[in-house]
Amino acid sequence: MTLDTVKHASDTPDVEQPWAELGLKSDEYDRIREILGRRPTGAELAMYSVMWSEHCSYKSSKIHLKQFGEKAPESDAMLVGIGENAGVVDVGQGYAVTFKVESHNHPSYIEPYQGAATGIGGIVRDILAMGARPVAVMDPLRFGAADHPDTRRVLPGVVAGIGGYGNCLGLPNIGGEVVFDSCYQGNPLVNALCVGVMRHEDIHLAKASGTGNKVILYGARTGGDGIGGVSVLASETFDETGPAKRPAVQVGDPFQEKLLIECTLEVFKEDLVVGIQDLGGAGLSCATSELASAGSGGMRVELDTVPLRDSTLSPEEILMSESQERMCAVVEPDKVDRFLAICEKWDVIATVIGEVTDGDRLEIYWHGEQIVDVPPRTVAHEGPVYERPYARPEWQDALQADDANALPRPSGGDELREQVLRLAGSPNQASKAWITDQYDRYVLGNTVLAQPEDSGMIRIDEETGLGVAVATDGNGRYAKLDPYTGAQLALAESYRNVAATGAKPLAVTDCLNFGSPEDPGAMWQFAEACRGLADACQALGTPVTGGNVSLYNQTGDTAIHPTPVVGVLGVIDDVTRRTPMAFAEEGQLVYLLGDTREELGGSAWSQVIHDHLGGLPPKVDLERERLLAEILISASRDGMIDAAHDLSDGGLVQALTESCLKGGKGARLVVPDGLDPFVFLFSESAGRAIVSVPRSEELRFTDMCGARGLPATRIGVVDGDAIEVQGQFSVSLAELREAHETAIPALLA
Amino acid sequence: MTTRIGVVTFPGSLDDVDARRAISLAGAEPVALWHRDRSLHQVDAVVLPGGFSYGDYLRCGAIARFSPVMETVVEQARAGLPVLGICNGFQVLCESHLLPGALTRNDHLHFVCRDQRLRVENADTAWTSDYTEGQEITVPLKNGEGGYVADERTLDELEATGRVVFRYLDVNPNGSRRDIAGITNEAGNVVGLMPHPEHAVEALTGPTTDGLGFFTSVLKKLVTS
Repeated sequence: MTLDTVKHASDTPDVEQPWAELGLKSDEYDRIREILGRRPTGAELAMYSVMWSEHCSYKSSKIHLKQFGEKAPESDAMLVGIGENAGVVDVGQGYAVTFKVESHNHPSYIEPYQGAATGIGGIVRDILAMGARPVAVMDPLRFGAADHPDTRRVLPGVVAGIGGYGNCLGLPNIGGEVVFDSCYQGNPLVNALCVGVMRHEDIHLAKASGTGNKVILYGARTGGDGIGGVSVLASETFDETGPAKRPAVQVGDPFQEKLLIECTLEVFKEDLVVGIQDLGGAGLSCATSELASAGSGGMRVELDTVPLRDSTLSPEEILMSESQERMCAVVEPDKVDRFLAICEKWDVIATVIGEVTDGDRLEIYWHGEQIVDVPPRTVAHEGPVYERPYARPEWQDALQADDANALPRPSGGDELREQVLRLAGSPNQASKAWITDQYDRYVLGNTVLAQPEDSGMIRIDEETGLGVAVATDGNGRYAKLDPYTGAQLALAESYRNVAATGAKPLAVTDCLNFGSPEDPGAMWQFAEACRGLADACQALGTPVTGGNVSLYNQTGDTAIHPTPVVGVLGVIDDVTRRTPMAFAEEGQLVYLLGDTREELGGSAWSQVIHDHLGGLPPKVDLERERLLAEILISASRDGMIDAAHDLSDGGLVQALTESCLKGGKGARLVVPDGLDPFVFLFSESAGRAIVSVPRSEELRFTDMCGARGLPATRIGVVDGDAIEVQGQFSVSLAELREAHETAIPALLA
Repeated sequence: MTTRIGVVTFPGSLDDVDARRAISLAGAEPVALWHRDRSLHQVDAVVLPGGFSYGDYLRCGAIARFSPVMETVVEQARAGLPVLGICNGFQVLCESHLLPGALTRNDHLHFVCRDQRLRVENADTAWTSDYTEGQEITVPLKNGEGGYVADERTLDELEATGRVVFRYLDVNPNGSRRDIAGITNEAGNVVGLMPHPEHAVEALTGPTTDGLGFFTSVLKKLVTS
């Protein structure tokens, strides 16, 4: 086969090219020809096809994502915003924190173990590329119905993959979510979040500058795995025959990644790097074009110098390969030797594959012959942008009219009791310990809080006690009922979770999981969710720092619930002041903060008891969320509360169950005047939390709430070994624990 | 003079930083040792930390055993140097034949991370003298291959000579024979266990501070000897 060089391409304009198989549309192919003034070579076509895929180019989502920048609230904390590998936030004392959540949904359905494992690997390298030491991971997960046979295939593999990779990498897994819903059957969501810490002066960016500087590829050898993973997998809907593209999923080696982390941190420490980029989706195509595009000059790469695992790979395949555990650095010539020596110390293969040029082209050579000659911006940053048509689905009105508040309710104490137990033992509300106990939460020795706490918390300075907290949330049921409100509720819950542990929310990362952008209904959900999230971020003063969009999560015509997963990062000056969720001290008073309304649309109660989804989600009051957070943070700092737990799915009774089981103590409750016991226990009104207040602090605490205008209702006392609702029912902790802790193992173990 | 305790970093070691922190909290000076360096830099004791040395390829601990640093560790351990192997470090000690038996895949086939209750069976080793025999402690356990196995004769001999140092209480988390969580050599200077005492040295980050006793034990022994 003749090598398709640039010259050959110019000489043979009429050669048929497989642009459609590579996922390009005909007008996109025409645009490439227009940019280049000739047909692309095979290698150029490979690069454009992966970089212009939905996954890499955000071509359908871009026009909506713009709002996150346009509506971004003023924040002194932002050091690096959207567009880099990950956003960076100032957390004080000279420290900066970077965090980001990403999806690995499609690969995880096809090959659950490797899909989930490489999801961790990819996000960790994004964080590392910013100059930070990765310090924790979290995994927001969505699966099909808990009792569906395919969930038994996908979930254990995903969990083992997250554990197998994360544990071996030495990063504590401190939180996340596990949600079951039949809408995710065939389209599980495997999102991965990583947090990293650095000093301000250590921030690194992905750019290639300085003519003559060397481009070094280091890490694993390049193999045939994951070729076309990006364009073919992430941008295509699974059809009824199911996926048949197994080889397109990458295979991870966490040991190699651990070496890559230590080696990279050491080259940062010696200041040997001008610019750096990890190799993820689209591999070398992405790394070289993004580095060159963001830098001041051009770049020349000798592709035949890339170390290979499989010597038969063609140049196109090398450019598209998504082999894991690779990074690309730009290094000044006199620092190359030292760079290579550090790699050798860590047994990491490192090769100079090219250099920065004074031109404005990305040129790639294969044994001396030019196979790529492109303006890098056209590959990396100037891909197609679509204004996809969108329209509110016809069924939306009927769905919202199907009011959950009208569903039959329990008639008395016995029935309430029975439903409390059913909720506590339902797959979504049950303890996830069987899953999270497969993750190491202790490694690195700085984990202050981990799941099932409201947020994961990591100490970042042992001397001062400075720490960060991170939570992720996203309720697809709410978003299905109203995507604008659903996205805001996701942010509100995550924000509240961070505040409940005593940390001040600072910034947001999001993973937007939706159906096909080519379906106007799914596109409307996406547009509404973006608008809702951007508005809410503005109102709460927490800017979006970065994230990821995952579209095409649908099988045939059936899309998942719109699922915006929102991660919030908070800072706490002294982690010893953290607020845990456990009610552990008998005699302490239980206060309910916030207002309880009759809000059951999308609730866990409506799902578990009636298998129902309809009506409107709870109302959002962002001013109230902000006030609640301020109270929770002040109360934590000044030692007024010993425990706090946010109220979300399952309402008050589910939160109380979790706090009581964690602390091993019961509670006696009185239904507040004017509230129906059922609404009191099961409503999912937002902007609420329960707290446990020492009697000595009661006055100070209620005075503070009163002065600030936050409703605080004394609803009971921590006591005994049962949850007792006066005049209604009593259920022992033993019975609750049995329901709560055996459900998941019974389904999955 | 400060007591210096070395912590070996193999490629893939993960809990080396934690072990060094625990040593500091106990009042000794931690010294980082590198797998390629034969020298132990005059340390008074050595900790082989948890992790996945060399990716745990081939078999857990099997490749680490042949690293340059281990040649010296084995030689000096035989001469009485206190050595503690935690988790992957325990696996390395077994592979190096400093301790008998082997660690196999957990019987339930899952990685498990939990707060584990243990009973101290031998409070006379270099690493356990600050505990009392029969004392119950809680420290984190986290492993995928922590099932302790040995032939019956070896197990009987370990029991008869008091070389079982820790036993699992409540649940046997990995299918270890006779609930064995940790053992020692005949001289009592080499101890290996699967649970992680270095993760139970601060109330803020661990389930307890029960693990600190390992490090204070060896410190006292070194100071008084």
